[in-house]
Amino acid sequence: MGVFDRLPPMDHLRSEKMCYVQLIIPAECSRIAVTYLGELGLLQFKDLNEDKSPFQRIFVNQVKRCAEMSRKLRFFSDQINKAGVKSSVIPALQPDIDLEELEAKLGEYEHELLEMNTNSDKLQQTYNELLEFKLVLTKAGGILASSHNHAASAERELDENIYDKEVDEGNSYLLEQGVHQGSHGNSGVRFVSGIILKSKALSFERMLFRATRGNMLFNQAPAGEPVTDPISGRENCFCSFLSGEQAKAKILKICDSFGASCYPVPEEMVKQRQIFHEVSARLSDLEVTLDAGIQHRNRALESVGSQLWRWTIMVKKEKAVYDTLNMLNFDVTKKCLVGEGWCPIFAKSQIKECLQRATLHSNSQVGTIFHEMDTIDSPPTYFRTDKFTNAFQEIVDAYGVARYQEANPAVYSVVTFPFLFAVMFGDWGHGICLLIGALILILREKKLSSQKLGSFMEMAFGGRYVILLMAIFSIYCGLIYNEFFSVPFHIFGKSAYECREKTCSDAHTAGLIKVRDPYPFGVDPSWRGSRSELPFLNSLKMKMSILMGVAQMNLGIILSYFDAKFHGNALDIRYQFIPQMIFLNSLFGYLALLILIKWCSGSQADLYHVMIYMFLDPAGDLGENQLFWGQKELQILLLLLALVAVPWMLFPKPFILKRLHKERFQGHTYRFLGTSEMDPDSEPDSARARRDDFNFSEVFVHQMIHSIEFVLGAVSNTASYLRLWALSLAHSELSTVFYEKLLLLAWGYDSFIVKLAGFVVFAFATAFILLGMESLSAFLHALRLHWVEFMNKFYHGDGYKFKPFSFALLADDED
Amino acid sequence: MYGWEMLSFNIHDGFLEAIVRGNRSGLLTAADYNNLCQCENLDDIKMHLTATEYGPYLQNEPSPLHTTTIVEKCTLKLVDEYKHMLCQANEPLSTFLQYITYGHMIDNVVLIVTGTLHERDVNELLEKCHPLGMFDSIASLAVAQNMRELYRLVLVDTPLAPYFSECITSEDLDDMNIEIMRNTLYKAYLEDFYKFCQKLGGATAEIMCDLLSFEADRRAVNITINSIGTELTRDDRRKLYSNFGLLYPYGHEELAVCEDVDQVRGVMEKYPPYQAIFSRISYGESQMLDKAFYEEEVRRLCLSFEQQFHYAVFFAYIRLREQEIRNLMWISECVAQNQKNRVHDSVVFIF
Repeated sequence: MGVFDRLPPMDHLRSEKMCYVQLIIPAECSRIAVTYLGELGLLQFKDLNEDKSPFQRIFVNQVKRCAEMSRKLRFFSDQINKAGVKSSVIPALQPDIDLEELEAKLGEYEHELLEMNTNSDKLQQTYNELLEFKLVLTKAGGILASSHNHAASAERELDENIYDKEVDEGNSYLLEQGVHQGSHGNSGVRFVSGIILKSKALSFERMLFRATRGNMLFNQAPAGEPVTDPISGRENCFCSFLSGEQAKAKILKICDSFGASCYPVPEEMVKQRQIFHEVSARLSDLEVTLDAGIQHRNRALESVGSQLWRWTIMVKKEKAVYDTLNMLNFDVTKKCLVGEGWCPIFAKSQIKECLQRATLHSNSQVGTIFHEMDTIDSPPTYFRTDKFTNAFQEIVDAYGVARYQEANPAVYSVVTFPFLFAVMFGDWGHGICLLIGALILILREKKLSSQKLGSFMEMAFGGRYVILLMAIFSIYCGLIYNEFFSVPFHIFGKSAYECREKTCSDAHTAGLIKVRDPYPFGVDPSWRGSRSELPFLNSLKMKMSILMGVAQMNLGIILSYFDAKFHGNALDIRYQFIPQMIFLNSLFGYLALLILIKWCSGSQADLYHVMIYMFLDPAGDLGENQLFWGQKELQILLLLLALVAVPWMLFPKPFILKRLHKERFQGHTYRFLGTSEMDPDSEPDSARARRDDFNFSEVFVHQMIHSIEFVLGAVSNTASYLRLWALSLAHSELSTVFYEKLLLLAWGYDSFIVKLAGFVVFAFATAFILLGMESLSAFLHALRLHWVEFMNKFYHGDGYKFKPFSFALLADDED
Repeated sequence: MYGWEMLSFNIHDGFLEAIVRGNRSGLLTAADYNNLCQCENLDDIKMHLTATEYGPYLQNEPSPLHTTTIVEKCTLKLVDEYKHMLCQANEPLSTFLQYITYGHMIDNVVLIVTGTLHERDVNELLEKCHPLGMFDSIASLAVAQNMRELYRLVLVDTPLAPYFSECITSEDLDDMNIEIMRNTLYKAYLEDFYKFCQKLGGATAEIMCDLLSFEADRRAVNITINSIGTELTRDDRRKLYSNFGLLYPYGHEELAVCEDVDQVRGVMEKYPPYQAIFSRISYGESQMLDKAFYEEEVRRLCLSFEQQFHYAVFFAYIRLREQEIRNLMWISECVAQNQKNRVHDSVVFIF
């Protein structure tokens, strides 16, 4: 263990050291101080007023003002979007303005805009009414004219006592009545004409029919041009109807309730024409006024729009500052604000400098006090990441944020994650495709990061460096597997095998012979298509998976050692780390050793047999499966060690914990009684909190679960690593199928079209199934191997993230 | 198929049940109400509500705020949620959801008819209608002069038509008539809903029938108390009670002859579930009865969320939201009129 002690400190493995700090800021410079801190973005404020509701806090009025301003800004952007005004953002042309000025300005603009809106709405309404009137005039005029003719003819027919069967029975009857009345009174047929929404027309007609008991005639015609109604905005339909009696009042009421607007249409054609001309003239007048109004409004909106973005940011920042200030407390004298929060230790000097600057700029008499405090809360976890490591950290955080100062698996994931992916995705042709994709994303990084992407693209873009590494490793593994879209290449020299004779007729029956040294790198291309290809590759990949699994799990356990050492927890090292190492390595470590020996020696031993009989019959004779001298004795020893390791990791720890707890508790009581003048409050908070919460059965059950999980996990996790083999096999078989059954089959035909079709189908299958779905599934499996098999050996992941108050993060949130 | 809903429930209704349960967790809690009760003015209320699920509905309201705006916006949220659920719903859930709104329809019809009787403007009345109970031709209710016309002109097209069969008369409308009409309609509606729920079977039937029985009983008590001292005869009163519920039939006989509140109390105390409600109220008092009933209702509605695979959660959710909106209205009114000591009089905590 001495070797480990001399290793340099592993800064990357652990989150930043944090400290709990207290700020005492004079009230007059608090706003500037917090603004500067927001620009720095390295201090996480703690909410000291959690029990207070938002409107009881100190700066509630300012927050309200900011909310009001952002409401106005939303109103403007809404109006701008509605009007479709495009305005170029002119950055920093205008001088910075005060918040108070901005508020006044916004109020002014809003007032102006609202006024303009009401004016133009009024105009629009009159315009619509006139337009409707015009429509009613034309359409109703038409209907009236035709019904006049109709009535005349009907009258004639009536005289001859012949009913026109072609016209609707009810219609003619009604007309007849109307005409008769018309002949008695001067205007027997009354009519109401108006305009109504198309969707309502049907139920309107039905309602009228019911209300008048069928004594009416309903005519409708679609209004040709759409009326842009400010309220409903839908195309209107025109209707006109005739009715007898004094049901007119009733009908008008119904019209009202249906939102149909009625317009009087004179019966005489001359008058109609006259009114029509009047209306048309007024309409064209109004149009000009409306246009002018809209132009005026658009100009106003444009001028607002050019500043809108800047103002929005400004208001947002201001609101964030006041929200943060609301987390602070007034001290007793009401002259200072007291804030508490977390910051990384390295940032302390920066924060101090910031606060000094703030004091200077606000001409405050008193400086800000900034000092560290003790706390029992566990600090937040803060990893400094860059754009490269960020995605890997995200992968780990998705499982759980690391406990404070816990070993960070993301460091190893940077290499192991893409590598395990590549083991499953090994094909250098596919790897190159992936590489091209990743490179495109990376080269257009600047452009893409500023624009909004779809959810899937965003995911791919966020993980572009992960994809890059995955692609590079895929090419590497693909070279080892010697597969390029499943086709083997002779890149590193000639194959070690050759046919027995020139004709190669017995290549598939008698096999090949080895003529030179093994193929220098990766799988010999001659395996491809041979009868023993699958058994060979399966055996290779399966063993490889187990080797990698055992290696990664060992890494996990070793990390738990470093964690325990870092936190000074000797108990965990002795009663958890050591038995775990022994257990895993005496079983699966031994298997890995056997695999290596078998590969090096070229032995024919059956490893299944060895492993199974190691348990079933440890003392039995190994026979031809013996790989090295003393194997039997070693196996017995390993088995015993594994058996011992289980109770070792189960029993001692809880009992020792119990004893320790008891000792501390008793010792404390003795001391407490002996020195009665000692202040009971002087002991640290943490010790007091921990005193009474030791529950032996809980600890024991927990340890039992942990041990059982580990023992069972050793078997199941090793088996789980076989997914590397399975997915790799699936990938290569699938790409073989596409290559042979699609591309080669199509290539066999003479027709160009068939060849092209075959190629297109092959390309799409490769792109969507192999590059899309297969890479996704390999990604998920690699993820699982990390989250479950690797990280459960050491990772707690129950911390919380460091969320500093920062303007930069604020802007990210909103977009 | 009681007990087997879980096999097939989620095929059609699982998504919506998840939605409604998610929505339920957005209901205001006692902590929220406590905070709201401490508000100094309506802006404070708005500020607090913007931190809840009502946020998007209230944040764009300009500052001098009125109680009606708050209530309107909160109702809008409920309506949006309801419409969303209705769009996604399959049969028979969609019918079930529509049943929930019929009560509002009845209220709206009564509101408009009474309003026009007192010569109020129709548009003004329409604004007061509950948006859940709107139907196409609601505005034309103003045309009708008597029940028969009302039915023939407007209500034929609405789902309320079948409930009308009992109250078609040619009498002119007056306040008393309308009130009787409302209660007759409501009675028919509740009975129909009850039957529908029984037809659905399973846990839905079990829970909904319980909830509807409670509703029916509460209406019976309210009708009795409100009709004391009016010219409504005993038989007429008896006719207005729904024909199901815990009180049916013997309780109804006794309620029909009650002459004052204490007699009602005597009747109700014979029924153990209602004993608790009445035991909290002192003799001769009927004002607090509403609140006591509301509290009991809320308790029962909340309990319906304890079971899964049934439709009563939708009913319960909408009712709880309505209760919440009533609470908000009361709180806002109290805050606006500076009557903060009365805030707790009518607020029913949901959680």
